Amino acid sequence: MTKRSEKVETADPIEEFLAQDYEHGFVTDIETDALPPGLSEEVVRFISAKKNEPEFLLEWRLKAYRHWLTLEEPKWAHVNYPKIDFNAISYYSAPKSKTDGPKSLDEVDPELLKTYEKLGIPLREQKRLAGVVAVDVVFDSVSIATTFRETLKEAGVIFCSFAEAVQDYPELVEAHLGSVVSYRDNFYAALNAAVFSDGSFCYIPEGVRCPMELSTYFRINAANTGQFERTLIIAEPGSYVSYLEGCTAPMRDENQLHAAVVELIAKEKAEIKYSTVQNWYPGDKDGKGGIYNFVTKRGDCRGDHSKISWTQIETGSAVTWKYPSVILRGDHSVGEFYSVALTNNYQQADTGTKMIHMGKHTKSTIISKGISAGHSQNAYRGLVRVAAKADNARNFTQCDSLLVGSKCGAHTFPYLEARNKTAKLEHEATTSKIGEDQLFYLAQRGISADDAVSLIVNGFCKEVLNELPMEFAVEAQKLLGINLEGSVG
Amino acid sequence: MLTIKDLHVSVDNKAILKGINLTIKAGEVHAIMGPNGSGKSTLSKVLAGRDGYTITRGTIEFMGQDLTELEPCDRAHAGLFLAFQYPVEIPGVSNVQFLKAAVNAVRKAKGEEEISSVDFLKLVREKMALVDMDQDLIYRSLNDGFSGGEKKRNETLQMLMLEPTLAILDETDSGLDIDALQSVAKGVNSLRSQDRSFLMITHYQRLLNHIEPDFIHVLARGEIIKSGDKSLAQELEAKGYGWLLQEQADECE
Repeated sequence: MTKRSEKVETADPIEEFLAQDYEHGFVTDIETDALPPGLSEEVVRFISAKKNEPEFLLEWRLKAYRHWLTLEEPKWAHVNYPKIDFNAISYYSAPKSKTDGPKSLDEVDPELLKTYEKLGIPLREQKRLAGVVAVDVVFDSVSIATTFRETLKEAGVIFCSFAEAVQDYPELVEAHLGSVVSYRDNFYAALNAAVFSDGSFCYIPEGVRCPMELSTYFRINAANTGQFERTLIIAEPGSYVSYLEGCTAPMRDENQLHAAVVELIAKEKAEIKYSTVQNWYPGDKDGKGGIYNFVTKRGDCRGDHSKISWTQIETGSAVTWKYPSVILRGDHSVGEFYSVALTNNYQQADTGTKMIHMGKHTKSTIISKGISAGHSQNAYRGLVRVAAKADNARNFTQCDSLLVGSKCGAHTFPYLEARNKTAKLEHEATTSKIGEDQLFYLAQRGISADDAVSLIVNGFCKEVLNELPMEFAVEAQKLLGINLEGSVG
Repeated sequence: MLTIKDLHVSVDNKAILKGINLTIKAGEVHAIMGPNGSGKSTLSKVLAGRDGYTITRGTIEFMGQDLTELEPCDRAHAGLFLAFQYPVEIPGVSNVQFLKAAVNAVRKAKGEEEISSVDFLKLVREKMALVDMDQDLIYRSLNDGFSGGEKKRNETLQMLMLEPTLAILDETDSGLDIDALQSVAKGVNSLRSQDRSFLMITHYQRLLNHIEPDFIHVLARGEIIKSGDKSLAQELEAKGYGWLLQEQADECE
C-alpha cells in the first residue's frame, strides 16, 4: 500500500494504474473510458487516477471501499427489491455508453414522450432526457450557464462540478468532504465514497447572499454524472444560498442503482435551502424496470443561528430510500424538512428525515405528505433526537397520508428520542382517502376525474409546494397531476 | 328541455322510483315535494349521474340527448347543475381554485377560452355580494368547516358562476335560517330566465314563498301522485301529505 502511494507521487497515476497487476484479471484499455462490471480496489484506483485526483482523495476512497467490504446491505426499510449484484455494475463509464441508448425518439417509450409533451419540454431537450444518442450538445442553456457563471464569480460564489473543485479547490474539498456524511455512515454512503463519479460543488463566501437560485439543471456538465453523484455545499458565516436539484421531466437512465450523497454545511448565521424534484424513471405500469434511488442527504447546522431547509418532491424511481436530515449543532439553529412523496403503480418509497438536536434552543419542523396510488407502498420514517445538552429544543412534525384507490399502502414510522426534559415535541398525523363523494362533487361541476385528483392532491401538498421556488412549484404541480393520471375512474 | 318517461330506479335491487313522468320546458320552475323516503333525492342523484343508482326502465332526455349515456362530468358540461343537499368538504383545495377550475372546465367544453384571473375575481366578488357571502370564504378550503348556511350560499355561488341550463336544487332550504334562505332565493331568482329551468326538491313550502314555482309535483312512494300549480303548496302546508296518500290509496282500490 505504502509502496503504491509513493509511486503515485512520482509517476503519472494512470501509468501507475496500468503498471499494476490485475488482481481479478480484468483487462481494460484506458482509452475506452469504460470499465467492465465489477468492484475492486483496482477499480477505485482507476476512477481516482482517471480523474487525476490528489492523494488524500484516493486514500479516502480506498478507506471507504475497505469499510464498505465489511458492511451488509441494509434491510430495515419498508421496501422490497431483488438483491443487487454489486459486481454486475460498471463503476466507470464516462461518457455513458453510446451504443445502448435509443437511436431516435421512435425507440423511446411512447408513454415517456407523452409526459414530455404534457410538460411542454422542447424536442431537443426531450432527446437529451430520453437519452437519445448523438444529440448535439449545444443547448440554449449553455449561454445561460456562462452568463450565470460570470455573475456568480463577481459575488465570489464557487459553483462547479465536483471533479473541477477537486482540481481547483482541493483544500476546500479536503477540509469538508465527508465531514457531514462519513464514509462510515452507511452501506450506500460507503459505496458512494469509494466510487463516486462526479457531482456538484458549491461554496458561498462569508456574508454573501447568492444572487440567484443555483440549479443543476443549468449546469450541463453535471449531466451523465451517473449513478454515484456527490454534492457538497459550504455556506460560510452569514451567507445564503438556495439550491435546486433535479428536473421535473422523467429521466430515462440505463443505470438501475443510484446511490448519491449530499453534504451541506451551514456555518454561523448561514442559511441553505435545498430543493429537489426527483422524477427518475419509475418503471412501467407493471413495475418492470425503474431506478433504485438510495440517497444519503444530510445538512450540518454547524454554527449558531444557522438554518438548513430541505424541500423534496419525490415522484419517480421504482424504489426510493432517502432521509434528508439536519444535525442541529449550533445553538438556535433551525432545521426544516418539507416533503411530498408520491407513489403509483408498483413504486415503493421509504422516505423521511432525521432531526438531531444537539445545540440549545434548536428548532425543527417536519411536514411530510405521502400520496399512494395504484399498488404502491409509501412509508414515512422520521427520527427526532434531542441530546442531553440540547436545552429547550423544539420539534413540530406533521405527517399526512393520502390514499388514492384501495390497493396501495401508507405507513408511518416516527421515532422520538428525547434525553432532555425541556424538549417540546409535537407530532400530528392524518390519513385520508380521496373519496367517491369528492370526485362526484367535482365531476358535477364539470371537472374530469384526472383534474379532480390533481386538484385534491395539489391541495393536499400545498404547504410543501409553497416552499418551492415559484417556477419549480408550477412544474411540480403539473408533475403530480401527470403522475396520477388514470389512477381513478 | 328535460323529459323523463316512465323512470324506474333501483338501489341495491330495491325499487325506489317506480315510473316517474316529468317534462320541464325552458324557463319553467318546477318543485317536487313529498314526505321523507319518497325518492326525491334519488331523482336528483340519478339526474346528476351518481354511481349506484340503476335505471331499470324508462328514459331521460336532456336538451335532445339521452342523459343516461353521459358521464357526470359531461352532464355538467351540457348545462346540468345540482346544488347538493350535503355539499362535500375538500380540505386543502381552496374555494377560489375549485371555482376557477369548474368555470374553465365548462368553458373549455363549450369551446370557449379560459377566463382571465382578473375577470374571474371580479365576477366572483360580484356574485358573492349577491348571495351575501363573506368574501373571506373564497380563500378557505372548499366547504371545509363552513356552516350550513355558508355551504348553501356556496352552492348558490357556484350555480351563479356556472350559469347552468337546468339547475336542480336538492333540499337547498334544509337547515337554513331565514337570512340565508333569502340570500339563496335572491341568487336563484337572479338567474331565472326564458331559457333556464329549475327543479327544486323540498320538504317545505317555505322555500316556495321565496322562489315561486310554475308547477308543483308531489312525490310519494316512488311516484308522482299529484301535480298542480303553486296553490298546491299551500294546500299541502295546510293539510299535510296524508290526504293525498289516502286519496291515492282509494284510487288503487
